[in-house]
Amino acid sequence: MGVPGGETAERTEPGGNGFVGQALRRKEDPRLITGRATYTDDMVLPGTLYAAIVRSPEAHARILSIDTAAARELQGVEAVFTGEDLADLAAPCPMVWAPPGVEVHVPDHWPLARGKVGYVGQPVAVVLGRDKYGVVDAAEQVMVEYDSLPVVTDPEQALEEGAPIIHEEYGTNKVFEWSLPGGDIEAAFRDADVVVEKRIVNHRTAGAAIEPRSALAEWREGKLTLWSATQIPHICRVILSIQLGLTEDKIRVVAPEVGGGFGSKLQVYGEEVLVCWCARKLGKPVKWTATRSEEMATTHHGRDQIDYVRIGAKRDGTVTGIHAKIIQDCGSYHLIEGPVIPTFSACVISGCYDFPAVQTDIVGVFTNKFTTDAIRGAGRPEATHMIELTMDELARELDMDPLELRRKNFIKEFPNERPHGFIYDSGDYDATLDRCLEMLDLEAFRREQAELRERGVYRGVGFSTYVEICGLGPSRALGPDGWGMQGGYFESAQVRVHPTGSVTAYTGTSPHGQGHETGFAQIVADRLGVTPDVVDVIHGDTSTGPFGKNTYGSRSLAVGGEAIARAAEKVQAKAKRIVAHKLEAAPEDIELVDGRYQVRGSPDKAMTIADVAGEAYIPADLPEGMEAGLDEMCFYDPDNFVWPFGAHACISEVDAETGRVDIVRYVCVDDCGPAINPLLIDGQIHGGIVHAVGQALYEQVVYDEEGQLVTGTFVDYALPSAADVPSFETDRTETPSPTNTLGVKGVGEAATIACSPAVVASVLDALRPLGVTSIDMPLTPMRVWQAIQAAQGRGDGPAATEQGRTLDEHGGGAAGSGPTGPEEGGAS
Amino acid sequence: MSASVRLEVTVNGERHVSEVEPRLLLVHYLRDELGLTGTHVGCDTSNCGACTVHLNGDAVKSCTVLAVQADGAEVTTIEGIGQEGALHPLQEAFWEHHGLQCGYCTPGMIMAAADLLARNPEPGEHEIRDALAGNLCRCTGYQNIVKAVQAAAAQSRGGQGQPAREEVTV
Repeated sequence: MGVPGGETAERTEPGGNGFVGQALRRKEDPRLITGRATYTDDMVLPGTLYAAIVRSPEAHARILSIDTAAARELQGVEAVFTGEDLADLAAPCPMVWAPPGVEVHVPDHWPLARGKVGYVGQPVAVVLGRDKYGVVDAAEQVMVEYDSLPVVTDPEQALEEGAPIIHEEYGTNKVFEWSLPGGDIEAAFRDADVVVEKRIVNHRTAGAAIEPRSALAEWREGKLTLWSATQIPHICRVILSIQLGLTEDKIRVVAPEVGGGFGSKLQVYGEEVLVCWCARKLGKPVKWTATRSEEMATTHHGRDQIDYVRIGAKRDGTVTGIHAKIIQDCGSYHLIEGPVIPTFSACVISGCYDFPAVQTDIVGVFTNKFTTDAIRGAGRPEATHMIELTMDELARELDMDPLELRRKNFIKEFPNERPHGFIYDSGDYDATLDRCLEMLDLEAFRREQAELRERGVYRGVGFSTYVEICGLGPSRALGPDGWGMQGGYFESAQVRVHPTGSVTAYTGTSPHGQGHETGFAQIVADRLGVTPDVVDVIHGDTSTGPFGKNTYGSRSLAVGGEAIARAAEKVQAKAKRIVAHKLEAAPEDIELVDGRYQVRGSPDKAMTIADVAGEAYIPADLPEGMEAGLDEMCFYDPDNFVWPFGAHACISEVDAETGRVDIVRYVCVDDCGPAINPLLIDGQIHGGIVHAVGQALYEQVVYDEEGQLVTGTFVDYALPSAADVPSFETDRTETPSPTNTLGVKGVGEAATIACSPAVVASVLDALRPLGVTSIDMPLTPMRVWQAIQAAQGRGDGPAATEQGRTLDEHGGGAAGSGPTGPEEGGAS
Repeated sequence: MSASVRLEVTVNGERHVSEVEPRLLLVHYLRDELGLTGTHVGCDTSNCGACTVHLNGDAVKSCTVLAVQADGAEVTTIEGIGQEGALHPLQEAFWEHHGLQCGYCTPGMIMAAADLLARNPEPGEHEIRDALAGNLCRCTGYQNIVKAVQAAAAQSRGGQGQPAREEVTV
């Protein structure tokens, strides 16, 4: 699989007043800190009906009957619908990944179940009424009779002969199988002096945005408007059009203020389609907002891979190849793109290292759990986790310093084509590690560690050097003829100068906390010679600006920011032609300095953008053939992905008596290219670290063997709090990407992709004197304690999977991920 | 549904008399009856703290308080502690130190922090982290929230302590 790339973007001078690079405080914040922002659930329209959804308590069952009579009779209830009522939907919820030549099983997944349920929480009926509390009462009166079917929740068991088949039409629980090879992998392992192998369970987690999903639909004058807590309003409109059989001109989707996404709102959920269908059917506005329990059960989960990874190396430490087999638990139905997620692991399976051969074999599996899909990092955290922990294992096997092993194998020349066709754009992996070590002072820590060990205090340090693929992405690589995503991955922008010189910029991206209104204003301001406070950035509304591809995959800046820069440069170019015409100079002699368009060498002859706008909108004297107006658009489709990188170090302390892990220090140096706004970058890094710390230490979505969700609230699903983490020591290097003119790479997922192996490695380093060499996340006190006990010859160690399978059944490798039952939970 | 009961409550200094269902949660009363949508619901189980308001001066999680329990009480919400042009020092500090991203947890976080500073005007980092452990944020990693609370505390003490960042304001 090859991708185009490495083409050098022509870097232009922004010509403005230097707002790019400044740590400006955010334009978004005044409304947010005063409680005046408008999230979806804050809106009510006249006559709004509330929806309550009846959900399956069964993980796998046939629906024998649904009796809605009692619910309909309750006061205030206007309607009750079941799957049969929605028979006029034009299509089920789509899954957009169709790789050429690969069979992918995509069962029909309807907003309300038809005949059968495959996971706990699957919507079966919807109750609509005027009272928010009343519809919940009524939903409890909907009587559904189920015929239970055998349940399978372990993806490896699901692949075995005789396992319950979830979708009979396929005769297997296998969703798909595909391979991404590069180089001679057989030779790589044949020629290796040493091969290390690990089995790593990268357990299921939740996105857990603090704002639950919410959707409000209105049908008025033959048109549909949906306000939704989504990351992808433009994509949502396309899918609503397909499912509802409505043309796009009659659909408007708005993402108002959105309270975090982390991938969990990179989705078009059945409930969004359902409220739209109900609003059209009833001719009234319909609103649904998830409870946290609904959110935990039916907002897509992430990770849930079982990874078998092998690295081969020469005795001197030179790596010869890496092979990973990924078993991806897809859940029982797909949503928009779940099965493609482990492919993102394959993209970065080479890590920062010069592997001459790589191969990733992926098997997707149906289980009676909810859908997995993209959650912050989406496949790359899993890859970093397996690569970095296996590199540590290799270092031990070779009796080599793990950092020396890394440096020996770092990729040093860029652009660099990897064996599987990806082209790393730019990098300096030694530089981030050097700076990280400078901040950490490893020698001092090793002395401290030795002293503490003598007192029975176990501290350790772990490292992660990572590279990630982001800035999704070149449509040629990702699209139908590439990986098979049924869409384009360009981004759009429109920059409009108003008649008096202020600016509105439209972006096709759709932020939910990232700060685009500020960062993009900085980019535009420099290119037009204005201040960011007169640049209003509009996003998240399909009735404004051009069609866009929205926000995920750390793409907003590297693709959307570049689009907005290019649109602004088109405006600048037109402005220069107007100025040249008015000042009787050549356009190439006009320069933009401190907000003035002046003639090179004659700074007294100048115009401002407001002067130019006046000429453009009162077009009495424009250059010959020029159209009026000062309003330009750009659709930017990158030539390559962008490849941020960095080095993270974690120092943790483990209480050997209780198994409790505390992070003592965390030092990281990330490189996402030149900063547009360092304040925003730091914020993404901090949040990204804690997201991964959550997975490493606390968070786990747990299903029991019957497919019941054990971690259905924040009581059971432990998000890290302020008290669980220290302040982090962060720094950056800036290696520009040649892919775009801004040189930027993206940072939204970087720290989440980097962090978890550093945390786990720090715990292993701490516990080395006790003989613990391997342990899978989450490192809850119980699991750590069990690992210590097992290393001391007591007990079998933590359970291998949620279903309690033992290590021996899988031929060794690491201890597995999950609690064995509800009593353990996922929390510390 | 049971019969409505009379509720008299002062919210952000304004007196309201309402008839409410006894089971109505305070957070829904504030949001749906009074239109004070700055107070958010994140978890329904009093874990996340997005719904934090002040009830007679103490921070409470309004998703776990019945509206009728506020009868005769004074309630302060995020809308009541400051507004654009007259920001509370905590609001100013969250803005200045990038203590928020998506903003959904922010009102509750600010109300919890205000409660902390009322009881402890000079909290150390650990005290701040412990005091905010009942308010979850998925975006910020808490670091800049802690910084903002420290800055607001310093500001309230008369500009002593950690200086505010000197950077251009948009």
